[in-house]
Amino acid sequence: MTMAFEVFKQLFKKPFTNKFPVKYIPKSVTAAVEKIGKGELKINPPIEIPPNFRGKISYDREKCIGCGICTKVCPAHAIELIPTGKDEKGKEKYKAIFYISRCTFCSQCVDACPKECISMSNEFLLADTDRFSDALVVK
Amino acid sequence: MKYTLPIGPIHPALKEPILFEFELNGERIANVDVKLGHVHRGIEWAGMRRNPVQILYLAERICGICSVSHPFAFSMAVENAAGIEVPERAEYIRVIMAELERIHSHILWAGVAAHEIGFDTVLYLTWRVREKVMDVIEYLTGNRVNKAIYMIGGVRRDITKEQIPKVREAMDYYKGLFNKLAKVFLHDKTIKMRTEHVGILTREDALKTCAVGPTTRASGVPKDVRQDYAYSAYADLNIKAVTPDIYRKEVVGDVYDRIIVRLFEVKQSIQIIEECIENMPGGEIVSEPKIPKLLATLKKAVGEGIGRHEAPRGEVFHYVKLDGKEAPYTWKARAPTYNNVLAWIPMLKGEQIADIPIVAASTDPCISCTNRVSVIKGSNKYTLTKEELHKLSVEKTKRRMRNGIL
Repeated sequence: MTMAFEVFKQLFKKPFTNKFPVKYIPKSVTAAVEKIGKGELKINPPIEIPPNFRGKISYDREKCIGCGICTKVCPAHAIELIPTGKDEKGKEKYKAIFYISRCTFCSQCVDACPKECISMSNEFLLADTDRFSDALVVK
Repeated sequence: MKYTLPIGPIHPALKEPILFEFELNGERIANVDVKLGHVHRGIEWAGMRRNPVQILYLAERICGICSVSHPFAFSMAVENAAGIEVPERAEYIRVIMAELERIHSHILWAGVAAHEIGFDTVLYLTWRVREKVMDVIEYLTGNRVNKAIYMIGGVRRDITKEQIPKVREAMDYYKGLFNKLAKVFLHDKTIKMRTEHVGILTREDALKTCAVGPTTRASGVPKDVRQDYAYSAYADLNIKAVTPDIYRKEVVGDVYDRIIVRLFEVKQSIQIIEECIENMPGGEIVSEPKIPKLLATLKKAVGEGIGRHEAPRGEVFHYVKLDGKEAPYTWKARAPTYNNVLAWIPMLKGEQIADIPIVAASTDPCISCTNRVSVIKGSNKYTLTKEELHKLSVEKTKRRMRNGIL
């Protein structure tokens, strides 16, 4: 009985849930995706993300010195160091590859990087059928 | 006629594979046997092949809801073993995060408990109001569930002056909400008739079975790590274990008492957070901000350490032994539900089958679930699905409402 008033009030309120990406399930998902691509259908935007959100990793390849500290702290072993040839002194040079499908989004590599070449973007829509697709491997 | 009813290792109300064997006398439970060990994930084994900084994130994933409690206890254990001092400001931030987690966990439990007795309106209400604290957690740490804010020797993110008003606003919201939730949970007829004098755990049984957290406090045992072995910033705050006698005249130890304890603990957590924000000292937030340097210190460290923390469900305990290598020699984590398993036996004895979901859920078991129950009656076997078991519980509520039994 105590809840009756609360339930009655709820009838006149807007739903709390954000209907993302579209309000109702379309009859055909592929057709809806095509329509969105053409700009005929609008996506219901996701709710706002907070400041300092931890999304997909972005990597500044030029700045990277290949020290490998990020591989040491990564809890998911999502970072790989790849040799990229020798420099003038004949020393092997390394660059990192990030496998986002393994990433746990802890941003520990961002904290550990001495050259600040790794950062977290605001991107979070990362669903894919191929775990090695271009969107999920950051070079 | 007596018959056995095995529930699990796959079961609805228990969110983890666990096997119950009920000996039933008609509808009444005559005896219970609990068998554990169906979800050994080897997390500790994986931890022994990683360095302590990596283990922090592994510890966070031991439990989806205690994602602050486990790294908190683990970092305390490593700090204990390696002799690392934590800056004062970091201690306060740690406590604020732990209490935010307690608020969200208890509200989540309240919704689950309401769902188990078939009162889904309350489930939707509680889970809606829970979003506010999730938003605050997301705002402070950058993520809703896996906060990744703990670091060995401190925390990773500071709570800045600009962030404080939003935290305060959320706390005011919950203070205003408390009376409403108390009215729904403590005065509502439906909840009262399904929880009062159901699943009783006496004080003696609570002590005997070594129950922890709200389960034991609801039986009148003032056991709380924050009070008994005050650690971190809890030592500066005067914390008293919440027992049901603050609301009820006498302690019964039933499901209703567990609701009282959790509800008042939310209130206590709000006070703790407000006090922490008020008295938060300035200074560093981590003792060693350079990760390679920290890893080198931990590699050299030799010793054993323990960390205990009062998680929303009870005491969580971590043990770490470092032996001068990159990975720890051993790591042991003990989650609170482990202690509360035995407490189920005295609770469930004498109850009806329809009461199993609410009584089992009343200890807030932190476990993963699936959805089948097999009933073996003599040589006839049939299966009760999650929905059917839930229906049984809902029917009991309706039956009792119709008959006017309170």
